[in-house]
Parts: sequence; C-alpha cells; structure tokens
Amino acid sequence: MKFITEFRRSELAEGLISQIHRRSKTPVRFMEFCGGHTVTIFRYGIRQVLPKTIEMVSGPGCPVCVTANADLDKAIALSQIPEVIIATFGDMLKVPGSHSSLQKVKAGGADVRVVYSTTNALEIAEENPTESVIFLGIGFETTAPTIAASILQAEERGIKNYYILSMHKLCPPVIRALLDSGEVKLQGLICPGHVSTIIGSHPWEFIARDYGIPCVVSGFEPLDILQCVDMLVAQVENGESKVEIAYRRGVHPEGNREALKLIEQVFEPCPTKWRGIGEVPDSGLKLRKEYQHFDAELAFDIDPGPTYEPRGCICGDILRGVKTPADCKLFGKACTPEYPVGPCMVSSEGSCSAYYLYGGDFEG
Amino acid sequence: MCLAIPVLIKSIEDKEAEVEIGGVTCRISLWLTPEARVGDYALVHTGYAINILNQEEAEETLRLFEEIAEAEEKG
Repeated sequence: MKFITEFRRSELAEGLISQIHRRSKTPVRFMEFCGGHTVTIFRYGIRQVLPKTIEMVSGPGCPVCVTANADLDKAIALSQIPEVIIATFGDMLKVPGSHSSLQKVKAGGADVRVVYSTTNALEIAEENPTESVIFLGIGFETTAPTIAASILQAEERGIKNYYILSMHKLCPPVIRALLDSGEVKLQGLICPGHVSTIIGSHPWEFIARDYGIPCVVSGFEPLDILQCVDMLVAQVENGESKVEIAYRRGVHPEGNREALKLIEQVFEPCPTKWRGIGEVPDSGLKLRKEYQHFDAELAFDIDPGPTYEPRGCICGDILRGVKTPADCKLFGKACTPEYPVGPCMVSSEGSCSAYYLYGGDFEG
Repeated sequence: MCLAIPVLIKSIEDKEAEVEIGGVTCRISLWLTPEARVGDYALVHTGYAINILNQEEAEETLRLFEEIAEAEEKG
C-alpha cells in the first residue's frame, strides 16, 4: 500500500461512475471548495464522465488566489526594506499586486527567496543573523500549524531575526459568507481534505444543519473524488444532509489535535479580507499577544500605498463560484500562465490555470 | 496549496524523520505528529507530517470500491 496508485485504478473508477449514473436523478450543483480538488477533477476529466444531472463549480479554496491585493502590496513593501529577506512559497512570486509582483521586485534586486517549508526559512534566519527574515504566511488550516510550529522553534532556538506576515485564512467562515450571500445555490459541498485532516469533520456540520447542504470530505485521487460525488448523490436522493468523510485514511472526525493545539497557542482568529469576497469575520489568524514580536507588520514601518485591482479581471467572481474562466474576456488572451493578470491564472490550483492547462468544458 | 503527499518514514531522530520522496531522501518535521513510528506512511505538507495515514481505512475503502465495481458489472 503506497496510498497513491491504488486510488487511480480505472476498473474501480468505472464501477463508481456507473453507480453515480444509476443513482443520480435530481439535477444538482456541487461545489469543490479546494483548488487541489479542482486540479484532480480537471486532470482526470471527471466533469466529462459525470451524468448531465451533476454540475460542478469550483470554490475559493486556493490561498494564493484569495490573498487580497492589499496584503500582497504589504509583502512587496516589506521586500523594499534594506536588510530584509523575504522567504515565500513559490506560488506567490508571480501574483501581480497593485503596482508590482514579488518576481519583479526580486529582479530589481530585492532579496526574495523561495522556500519549500518554514524550516528552510528558519535556516536562512540562522545563517543571516544581521538580516531580518520575513516569512509570508499564506495558507489555510493545513498550513497554519506549520507556521505556528516555526514560531515555537524560533523561540526554542533563540532566533530573533525571524518574522511572519500573517495572511492565513480559515475555511468554514468563508463558506458561511458565500452561502449567506445567496449568489450561488448548492446541493452538495466537497469539503477540503487536508484542511479537514487538521480541523476534522465537525466544523462543517453547520453547513448540513443550517443550510441543508450535504457535505462529504474528499481525498485528492480520482477515485476519492468519484466516491465523494457518489456519496453526495446518495444524500441528495435520500433527502438527507449530513457530514460524511470519504477520505477516511487521511481524516479523523476530531482532526489533528496536536496541530490544533499549536494553532490555538500561537494564533487567534481575526477578521480578514478575501479577494472577491471582502472582509469575513473570524476568517483570519493573527499572532497572540505573547508572540507579537514575530509580527512583521508590527516590527516594520511600511506604507504600501493605495490598492488597485487589475482591470477586466473577474477572479473575484470566479472565486465565489458565480462565473467561470470561460466568462472572462482576458482568459487565454491577455491572461496566460506565462503572463498572468489575475491570481487564479498564477496558482497551479487556480481555476483559470486548471481550465488553461487541461481544457475547460466550454467552447473558447 | 494544501497539497500533501504520502511518504514512508524510514528513520526518526527527535522531532525529525528521514523519508523518501520520489527516490530522494529528505528530512521532514514531526512537530505535528508526535505519534509517528518508523514504517508509517505520513501525509507531508510543506515539510511537516500533518497526519499518519490509516492503512486499515485505506484497505476498507478499496474493498468497498471493488464491491461496487463487481456489483455494477453484474447489474
């Protein structure tokens, strides 16, 4: 058991597809919240094998895509301070801010380094004691505990030149905001797998209970997605709405308690701004008072200036699930992975990138 | 961004483990999974094990898929 190829077997996919076709009678719209699921769905052509009764829409589950321009502008402003090293996940480099991108300021001489993990950022801080290393903390609940662990490691190892710019986001509050807006009507939600690995399945229960929407936590292999769709169809056809876990090998209903403890110790919830969605209460994480000396925003004085959104870009509407890349005039013309205008084309998990790479189900 | 991949833990030293990813030996952090043991498959996200994969559940899920495939073929 290697936990990968076993979940890609085509003969097992055929069984699941056949069962979905047999059971699905009611026209439904399911949202896959997570960008990782969007990639699996496009890469394996899953939309094409589902019955016409099932419409799939992509949600805002791509941390790079939902990072507000104002936050990106802050990161770019921080990179202009002498003796500052910006450490970031590679996805953030090409995202255009109001005036520039991290890639452009790097080309202009700013010290911006791509890291795979916060452990690399800590090493850079140790190797450069006279400089300040600022880690760009983006990501959902999956990533937040790794950032929390890096703060505690910095304390343990006496690293005093390590900071974070906290742009973390929490998933359940934004789903509530999306549903409350009434813009997109859903009959099922594919809940994010690795976010649930950390938080468990209980935080999704309000969606099934208060909004009557079936929820299933899915893994990331093609059989996982098919199983999840099948379970959602079964709930719809049985008139049920509850939270189920399809990804049982990777998700425990209670989540990862150790990881949750670290998030709780280091961070507290705060309101934060999502691209395309606006400010959502309690959907961000800020450092608790005891750890505020790691906060780059408090340690450095910056003025990022006014924020501008790219003209003609509809990433915000795409992130809310109300438009698709096919509706965008820039898609594939002015906006490509090589020269992206909006973040959904930059991130490999963005809807626009997935449409561009694997072909959307549209004429265009 | 929340990508996490299954990797086999080969050895453990303190809060770090040696694992193999695509034929390359790497070190990962076990800060979030103190229960990790040598021989476990961990889900690794940005250099940290975020969970230990449950082999019994994985086998159970695959058995269910086989039953569905069999039933659909007959049906």
